[in-house]
Amino acid sequence: MTLADETRISATAAAPHQSKVRRRSFLGLLLRRPNAAAGFVLLGATAIIAALAGVIYPTDPLDMVGQPFLWPGHDPEFPLGTDMLGRDIAAGIFHGARVSLLIGSVATLVAVVIGVGIGTLTGYYSGWVDRWLMRVTELFQTIPPFLFALAVVAVLQPSIKTIVAAIGITSWPSLARLVRAEVLRLRNSEMVHAAVGIGATDARIILLHILPNAIAPVIVSASIMVATAILTESSLAFLGLGDPNVVSWGTMVGAGREVLRTDWYVATIPGIAIIFVVLGLNLLGDGLNDALDPKQNRR
Amino acid sequence: MRAASPVLSVQDLSIRFVSKERTLTAVEGLSFDVAAGETLAIVGESGCGKSITALSLLGLVPKPGLVEARTIALEGRNILEFSEDEMRHVRGNRIAMIFQEPMTALNPVVSIGEQIIEAIREHEIISKKEARNRAVELLRRVRIPDAERRLHEFPHRLSGGMRQRVMIAIALACSPAVLVADEPTTALDVTIQAQILELIDILKKESNTAVVLITHDLGVVAEHADRVLVMYAGRKIEEQPARSLFQEQLHPYTRGLLAARPRLSTLATRERLVEIPGSVPSLAEMPVGCRFAPRCGFGVPACTAADPALVQAGAGAVACIRWRELSVAE
Repeated sequence: MTLADETRISATAAAPHQSKVRRRSFLGLLLRRPNAAAGFVLLGATAIIAALAGVIYPTDPLDMVGQPFLWPGHDPEFPLGTDMLGRDIAAGIFHGARVSLLIGSVATLVAVVIGVGIGTLTGYYSGWVDRWLMRVTELFQTIPPFLFALAVVAVLQPSIKTIVAAIGITSWPSLARLVRAEVLRLRNSEMVHAAVGIGATDARIILLHILPNAIAPVIVSASIMVATAILTESSLAFLGLGDPNVVSWGTMVGAGREVLRTDWYVATIPGIAIIFVVLGLNLLGDGLNDALDPKQNRR
Repeated sequence: MRAASPVLSVQDLSIRFVSKERTLTAVEGLSFDVAAGETLAIVGESGCGKSITALSLLGLVPKPGLVEARTIALEGRNILEFSEDEMRHVRGNRIAMIFQEPMTALNPVVSIGEQIIEAIREHEIISKKEARNRAVELLRRVRIPDAERRLHEFPHRLSGGMRQRVMIAIALACSPAVLVADEPTTALDVTIQAQILELIDILKKESNTAVVLITHDLGVVAEHADRVLVMYAGRKIEEQPARSLFQEQLHPYTRGLLAARPRLSTLATRERLVEIPGSVPSLAEMPVGCRFAPRCGFGVPACTAADPALVQAGAGAVACIRWRELSVAE
């Protein structure tokens, strides 16, 4: 064996070790996956659109600003055209992005808080706490979530707040079950036994040892939940149960359906916007699922 | 028997698992004392009740389990009378435990320094900075090199032996009077085993801690225990100073255990290891009288007539009605 051979061998042997030492950031790990990167781009674009809505279209998007039924591309002032009342569709898309992202994220936050709270309590404290809270959870699960949300919004006045509340309180049960299963698993882990063995309080065990280890599946399902919440809001708005004071993609699709045969672009453009953001969130959730799974990263 | 008064004194401990259908007795009538700076080894086969005994010392016997004893006195206070909250204050503070599996006993998402600091602050009101200094000191005491930097490491970057050292550091965080080590080295390599046990010995001497070492490894017992308690099917059948135990075993079971050890001579000749015939009786079907009688080569009808009482024998005690004649026959 020549000296050159030897150095080559030692170099190849050292290489995997070095790549192990170099710490990859979680974001880097996530964006190496094409689906996650695509989802990130779609969601980022939506976020930029939402952020710029007030700058590019400072007036109320519900104002009638032009001639009705202007097709996209006919008038450079209205790149996406106008609807039957002469409202700027592009302005609606920009401002609607705000509503969609706001409702999607806040409703998910509500669901995560309730779901993680109940899931943790039921998983950690067996006995009557578990029995009663799980019965409540099952009660919620027997009602179809969309109909439940519909009923809640119909009974209360439709507004951003009631829609967020309705979506939030109908989507936590699956999350609660997921968290409960994780907590049950961790509750019996050696790690938690050891923490009990040094006299740690329940609160500390839950906050320091259980939740941080149970959070990965919660993040994944929360990202999908945002998508579901956006779809639910759009469906409610389509049925006329959106907040009448704000423009929402669902309301725009709902309004456009009456002229679907003649001016299909009115319903289609906001529909495409919904598809993009929901697809983006699903791709991101998929990527998160892979990135948070340590078994997949070992490759 | 000993000059020092015991730090931990267990009298007449019984652990039962009660359900509607039946009651299973895991441990019965177990008594032992451990003095400061002493290592008591509890040995026995799996299922003999040694691990559950260890858990009972910290009040951690799982739910349907019922712990009864005349007393489990830790530094003179009967822990059986403690409330759950008082018990929590004692755990990790006055009595601490090291578990079998260092690979899974540490939280993977929290740095080891954080975990040690948490353990200290659970029982003592001190500032984060002070706790941090104590954590560095503890890591040094368990011989972890470069302690200052290691504080920020996460468990997956440490080897099994290192993790067990961290576990020991956590257990010793509040200088407990009693350290319970439940097979602390079964998950580790033999060379690491020796290091860890040596470390426990050193730390024990430094701070005069009483150690209860649960093990099935007689080699470990020979090197690290001061006294040995042999359990069989939930009962103490023999207790002796470690040195005399290896010279003369009083109970036929203990004799069988020692005979079953592999030796260099048997390895060389590829002889079959000596075994104790049969297996441990299940908790549901305990034989009447001496529980070892069905497997014992020296059994006589009297053995199954009544429970053999624990009698003083030299520096130790044994629960066998024939121990005297058997030791004469030897």
